[in-house]
Amino acid sequence: MNDVNAGRIELPSLSAVWVREWIVFRYFWHTRTFGAIVEPVIMLLAFGFGFGKLVSHVDGIPYIQFVGTGVVATTVLFSATFTAMFDGLYKRRYQRVYDAMLAAPVDVSEIVTGETLFKGVRAGAYGTAPLLVAFCFGLPPEPAMLLVPFIGALTGIGFAALGMLFATLSDTFDGLSYVISGVITPLFLIAGTFFPLDRMPEWLRVLAWFNPLYHCVQLVRDCAFGLHPAADLIHIGALVLFAVIAWWVAVRRTAVRLID
Amino acid sequence: MHGVVKRFGQLTAVNGLDLEVRAGACYGLLGPNGAGKSTAMRILTGQAIADAGEASVLGFELPGESKLARARMGICPQESNLDVDLCVRDVLEVFARLYRVPAAERPAAVERALAVAGLHSRALDKAAKLSGGMQRRLLIGRALIHRPELVLLDEPTVGLDPQVRQELWSLIISLREQGATVLMSTHYIEEAQRLADRVAIMSAGRVVAEGTPAELIRAYAGREVLEVHGSLTEIRDLQARALADGLPTRQSGPALTYLHADEANGQLPEGARRAATLEDVFVRLTGDYVE
Repeated sequence: MNDVNAGRIELPSLSAVWVREWIVFRYFWHTRTFGAIVEPVIMLLAFGFGFGKLVSHVDGIPYIQFVGTGVVATTVLFSATFTAMFDGLYKRRYQRVYDAMLAAPVDVSEIVTGETLFKGVRAGAYGTAPLLVAFCFGLPPEPAMLLVPFIGALTGIGFAALGMLFATLSDTFDGLSYVISGVITPLFLIAGTFFPLDRMPEWLRVLAWFNPLYHCVQLVRDCAFGLHPAADLIHIGALVLFAVIAWWVAVRRTAVRLID
Repeated sequence: MHGVVKRFGQLTAVNGLDLEVRAGACYGLLGPNGAGKSTAMRILTGQAIADAGEASVLGFELPGESKLARARMGICPQESNLDVDLCVRDVLEVFARLYRVPAAERPAAVERALAVAGLHSRALDKAAKLSGGMQRRLLIGRALIHRPELVLLDEPTVGLDPQVRQELWSLIISLREQGATVLMSTHYIEEAQRLADRVAIMSAGRVVAEGTPAELIRAYAGREVLEVHGSLTEIRDLQARALADGLPTRQSGPALTYLHADEANGQLPEGARRAATLEDVFVRLTGDYVE
């Protein structure tokens, strides 16, 4: 038997959590992938074509390419937050798999860390789909775009942690509609995805700075249309800070809900 | 466990619990629903943290060293918490990893657990498709995948057919023969009497009596009991008289059972004598708390 260390996040525990997630993904990859990719792509096409008729360019960028790069962040947000939130509630409350896992030498911090990393990285992979669609609409490929999956994963880790945190707030799936409508929808709209924020009122721009999704949108656009090293480092810093805080609170809250 | 207390808001689930299980024993926790058996088990796995008292498992202090203890124990919970979306083999594969079975030993461990559960032919079926009895066997197979030194079984046979129950009993006996320590909670008296070499009777969150089944029967019910059947009014009258005479009795539906019947000379009414059982002890000790 491998050595077990109390009070530490250990690789064997994380890898067991990852294997479990991977097995579940193997069963459900088609539904998960369909949901995660098709919805943002429809959004991209609807806004790109519909709204694109009214607005041809934003900041010198064809509107469909503006939205195409912005929707990367939406894909990451939806994929990471929703799967973490519904999965977390299902596993805690209905299937009670967390109870079974915690009877093994695995701590709450290891479950939250493992699931958050897995779902975050997967969300980063899904996030590349709108970009591929945007290529079809004339978005020129840039070497810096290779960074997009990493930006997506970093953002996804934070939002997966946020999703796990949300899962602790309700004991029913209905109860989650408060966070969906009250938190996720505003985050998604005030991120500069569909319209540029620099023409919005001052207070909205300040608010957007506290929206992690805004930093993701900016980074992805900079990868596509030209990097701004100083500003981009700040965006990365904001995403790292968000991920760390969301993870920390998610671990604490999940422990409160799982350990009597 | 010494003086362990666990409260949930207003409710005190475990109230000064003292429990000591020797290595290699099969220990039965017997008590009515709500006596605190499951909470005691959750404290042992570190999934509930005691408000007061001390607890240690396999030499590890709880809750601080719980993770080390959990690596060496397996638990079969009362209610299924299987990963029902996964197939049987994947359930075992995942838990072999969670329990740190080394990679080289993992395939053999999964096969062994499949054999314990008797589910070789269902290995590729989703756990959700298994019958209740099969799911319980899978839970036990899962609990044993890492050859634990201590096995916690929380009401292992509740709600199962008699023949499945018999199978599980054989399984528990074979576990003991392989040297594992077993702590089993149950509210089936027969189960405790057959399997456990020591029994603690729990009521309202504490142990009210402890010993081998034979010791408990002798101490709390005597060698023989006397059963008198009658109408509810007759039974009530008899019970009142017995109380006045200081005779220990217990009521069981339309009958009154006089305990220690072999020691009470001449004062007893007509009735059927039979050997005392653990059930007599159980009802006597826990009946006060049950309406």
